[in-house]
Amino acid sequence: MARAYNARALIMSGYGINSEMETAEALMRAGMASDIVHINDLIAGEKTLSDYRLMVFPGGFSYGDDTGAGNAYANRVRNNLWSDVKEFLAGDNLVLGICNGFQILANLGLVPAFDRDYPREIALMPNRKGVLECRFVTLKPAADNLWTKGISHLYCPVSHGEGNFSCSEETLKRIERENMVAFRYCRDDLSPAGGEYPYNPNGALADIAGVTSADGKVLGLMPHPERAMEFVNLYDWPIQKERLKREGKPLPTESMNMRFFRNVVDYFGR
Amino acid sequence: MASYVHRIEVQYSRDPRLPTRTERFRSLGFPLRELHLVDVYTIATARRDFSPEELSQIGAQLSNPVVQRYSVDRPTEAGFDCAIEVGFLPGVTDNAGTTAKQTIEDYFGFRFGEGEAVFSSQLYLVCGDLTPESLERLTAALANPLVNRVHVRSREEYAGKGMDAVTPFVHLHDLQAAGTVDLDLPDAELARIGKEGILDPGTGERRGPLALDLAQLHAIRDYFRKLGRKPTDVELESLAQTWSEHCKHTIFASAMDDDVPRGLYKTCIQAATNTVRKEKGDDDICVSVFTDNSGAIVFDDEHLVTCKVETHNSPSALDPFGGALTGIVGVNRDTIGFGLGAKPCINIYGYCVGDPDTEPALFRGKNRENPILPPRRIFEGVVRGVDVGGNCSGIPTPQGWCCFHDRYVGKPLVFAGTVGVMPRTRNGKPLHEKQALPGDLIVMVGGRVGKDGIHGATFSSEALDPASPVTAVQIGDPITQKKFSDVIVKEARDLDLYRSITDNGAGGLSCSVAEMAKESGGCHVLLDRVPLKYPGMAPWEIWISESQERMTLAVPEEKIEAFMNLMKRREVEATVIGEFTDTGRCVVEYGGETVMDVGLDFLHDGLPKKHLRTKPVEATYPEPDVPCPDRLDDLLLAMLKRKNICSKEFISTRYDHTVQGGHVLGPVQGAGRVQAPATLTKVVPGSMKGVGLSQGLFPSYSELDPYRMALAAIDAAIRGLVAIGVPLDTIALLDNFCWCSSDEPARLWQLKRAAFGCYDGAVEFATPYISGKDSMFNDFSGFDADSNPVKVSVPPTLLITSIGVHPDVTTAVSMDAKFDGDLVYVVGETGEELGGSEYLAHLGIEGGAVPSLDIETAKVRYEKMTDAITKGIVASAFPATHGGLLAALAKVAIAGRAGMDLTIPGGMRPDTYLFSESLGRFVVTVAPGDRKAFEEIFGGDAHLLGSVGGETFRVSAGERTLIEQPIKAMETAYKAPFGGY
Repeated sequence: MARAYNARALIMSGYGINSEMETAEALMRAGMASDIVHINDLIAGEKTLSDYRLMVFPGGFSYGDDTGAGNAYANRVRNNLWSDVKEFLAGDNLVLGICNGFQILANLGLVPAFDRDYPREIALMPNRKGVLECRFVTLKPAADNLWTKGISHLYCPVSHGEGNFSCSEETLKRIERENMVAFRYCRDDLSPAGGEYPYNPNGALADIAGVTSADGKVLGLMPHPERAMEFVNLYDWPIQKERLKREGKPLPTESMNMRFFRNVVDYFGR
Repeated sequence: MASYVHRIEVQYSRDPRLPTRTERFRSLGFPLRELHLVDVYTIATARRDFSPEELSQIGAQLSNPVVQRYSVDRPTEAGFDCAIEVGFLPGVTDNAGTTAKQTIEDYFGFRFGEGEAVFSSQLYLVCGDLTPESLERLTAALANPLVNRVHVRSREEYAGKGMDAVTPFVHLHDLQAAGTVDLDLPDAELARIGKEGILDPGTGERRGPLALDLAQLHAIRDYFRKLGRKPTDVELESLAQTWSEHCKHTIFASAMDDDVPRGLYKTCIQAATNTVRKEKGDDDICVSVFTDNSGAIVFDDEHLVTCKVETHNSPSALDPFGGALTGIVGVNRDTIGFGLGAKPCINIYGYCVGDPDTEPALFRGKNRENPILPPRRIFEGVVRGVDVGGNCSGIPTPQGWCCFHDRYVGKPLVFAGTVGVMPRTRNGKPLHEKQALPGDLIVMVGGRVGKDGIHGATFSSEALDPASPVTAVQIGDPITQKKFSDVIVKEARDLDLYRSITDNGAGGLSCSVAEMAKESGGCHVLLDRVPLKYPGMAPWEIWISESQERMTLAVPEEKIEAFMNLMKRREVEATVIGEFTDTGRCVVEYGGETVMDVGLDFLHDGLPKKHLRTKPVEATYPEPDVPCPDRLDDLLLAMLKRKNICSKEFISTRYDHTVQGGHVLGPVQGAGRVQAPATLTKVVPGSMKGVGLSQGLFPSYSELDPYRMALAAIDAAIRGLVAIGVPLDTIALLDNFCWCSSDEPARLWQLKRAAFGCYDGAVEFATPYISGKDSMFNDFSGFDADSNPVKVSVPPTLLITSIGVHPDVTTAVSMDAKFDGDLVYVVGETGEELGGSEYLAHLGIEGGAVPSLDIETAKVRYEKMTDAITKGIVASAFPATHGGLLAALAKVAIAGRAGMDLTIPGGMRPDTYLFSESLGRFVVTVAPGDRKAFEEIFGGDAHLLGSVGGETFRVSAGERTLIEQPIKAMETAYKAPFGGY
């Protein structure tokens, strides 16, 4: 099942990052090998970022979300690895941040990154309800890019306390104008969530669940497709199973969310 | 002492949580217009100051310019009426402060030294006209005096200067040494040492209870007489820890009456497991039972799964947040400390609390001093504790429950459990076995040692001194634990860098090191090497401190360099504190002197034996005598709103139950989102198997019939798993007894009856116990508002947790009704068994017959259910428990957002039939096409009640309509009680 691409993924870990193993599993199933690397091993030079083509900041609770989710880990990256990261971004490489990873990317300014100064321009504020929200959400692609190719929708969990996308009006306009919104929260029938809870689980501006950088090579995404790789991981699988069974159809093994990881891997397979 | 102090305040420009936060406090009765929140970091340094420019850089690092602004040494300006700042007391774990400190260190490339720190606090800016009383209540709602410091300023007082910069450093003065304790004393004086503690020569005060009784103190005195010397305080404190009820479980270990000479544990719990294992022979599922920090069963050929459930009751009564947080991260360590280290993969919670809508006037002191926390405060606190602990640790928390009863007001019960997974072997060696060898180094890993948790949750006089560290309660630091959990379970274990590991829980190093010393045959500890949070601790305090987030490992000399190097790279503090030996002694040195030298045999087995006596409780209760209403609509809605039946979904969505990617059947199910009694989680990627978890708990049956109470708990726990498709022969059990007044013969009789029930249930179902824990004195002794003494004891509570392996999760069945036209069955027999039921509780009646169980019949039924589920002819299944058949039918319908049309059989009063809590029953829905196959399997045991369809839930008895309710109205009722949480 695994396709032999030369490109390898670097999956960041340490300080409370916690989704590195399932992220590696998802990439492996999509055909890409990866190394889980503790940030301190990168800082110490035991591993080198330039040996990789994909850098992933997975989900987690780095530093317990203290001083703002993703902020302290982003500071550690900026204070210790910044030149390596900038060099990586200049190459033909991809960066993916999921949940806490998206929060880290936002604090690093890797998204939206209108220019190469990487100021912070978007924020993932505390959820409107003020507490962590763990539930399945439906996502609809809002742009046609390497990340969203061929995806009609994703159905996967959010699980975060701070995913409330926010930015200035100008930034939002520019993000939308330049087709940088990758995914939006929507209703079950794929119509817009319109900010309504629980379809939009956190109050995110314009239902934004994921954005790319201006050059399209960096994606930050709040929900977790890696947590629902299989059909049986989906919230509604029991009734879908019952329906398929009565229609005499076989049960799928994978979920629709694997398409997302295939897209990432296919980028390196050209 | 810090010379330079700066205050950085961070505030959202537009706080998204403002409306929710304000609304929450308004709903608690505070007339607020708005409640703003400012994060404050107080930076205290001694050796260098920061320039204004550097402080701005720090402000930028600690905030997000897109949505926040910060100020340095300048009060936040906002329109408000008063300011309340809540910070921590000295010595309380301050995670946000620590993160801020690390960020500053990283940015400037220097290290904070002794007497330098960053302290976090939260500044609430209150808009609203609060009376002084209201303000005091608000302050009490925002802060806990045991862990928090609070400063309040009016707008006028605040103007211009803001709040003071407070630096809660710990100041301890004298360097402490070990002393000796004279035990050659009259019994009365000796007993006082046991009850109140050693008289501290420095302060002239007692150090807090040792909880040693006279017989135990005599045994200790005689031991040291033989040695020809007096015990040191280190030795006495250490023996008190090792011999505590918490560690030695004397009540379960002691002989009882004439029929239980070997004690309840050996006779009922261990014997049940031994019997089951023997009978199952080659099909035995147990790998490790009772001996390690968790129990373990076979998962598949390559993996085993572990499970352990703990309680953290006393700490949670005082500080619900800290108590529950340390409860969950503590039981995580029972996983990391199982064998050579299992990976925590599922968390379990359970809360027994008072009714959160009540505020009983109970006080720990006379004259209304030291009030208990109100039930809602406790409930919300423990919910948040497991939220922070579980979520930050990256462990899914799908499985749990809440139970509300007025007798939990004085002492809540907080259950926390963890499932772990590990390969069965590595390099051909079993991973569940461990052995420290003589010469191995003793290494302490994780957090530093402070005065936390010394003498458990007792109020020490020191807590009144403003510069003394808090000792009664502890706040956990899940990230420190996550760091060492990752490096141990994901790296060091597989590099074979250590030979044994255990967790530091109750009794701290004194218990963990002495326990591991059994493996090698002795230990030699150098207490000066133990890293401390602050200087000035006495050796006995270092030895028994319960500071959180620590493991003790045995590392072979030749691996120590590699081990320490790996820990350093992961920024995990690790310290060699001694060596395991084969001298047969536990030796501890401090300051070059031997402060403890006790034989391991005496330490572990010198405890004098007891013989407990019980006295039967003759409980007779009349059968209830109330008329059955003609229509049951109102009853249905009222029952759905009962706190023990209604939705507590706000907990399920706050607890991450999807991390690690194994979610199959989660805590809420169906389009209508109903909380399920059992969950199913994949723990090995690529495997078709999954871990099922369920639980059973019926404290309302205990006073009526403790034996049947135990059977009910076992049956509910097992039945929950069977309903999702977990076969009976893969299921193992865990027992948690939370009893009260266990020095009273009547309570001990109830305990014995419950333990006998545990034996019979487990043996007849052939489900072994793999681990258990007991907590025997869950009593509150205090005063009412008029200073009259009051004792509130929890109802005798037994939690049975079940863990089983689902062979193929794609065949698992959820609880929600699926499609219109599906048939609705109840499988199993309903008797007139309303004793202890939710229905009688609703009517305010205590009495009636507690449900009994014919296990032989149930077992056959459960095996048939597994067969039917495997064949794919069950569309949904749900075990009827609290609230009986009607609650079960309603939940299945609400979950499917589907109506039902049902007719109940005659021959029994409709309310009795619908609310009886008879055991062994399932509500099942079946596709019409599978009717024949289904009925062939169950025969007369399956009773067809009607079908799924429409949007109305209709129940009739013959021609008579009992209930006709829109499903929507039922869903609203089911979700109403905790809607505002």
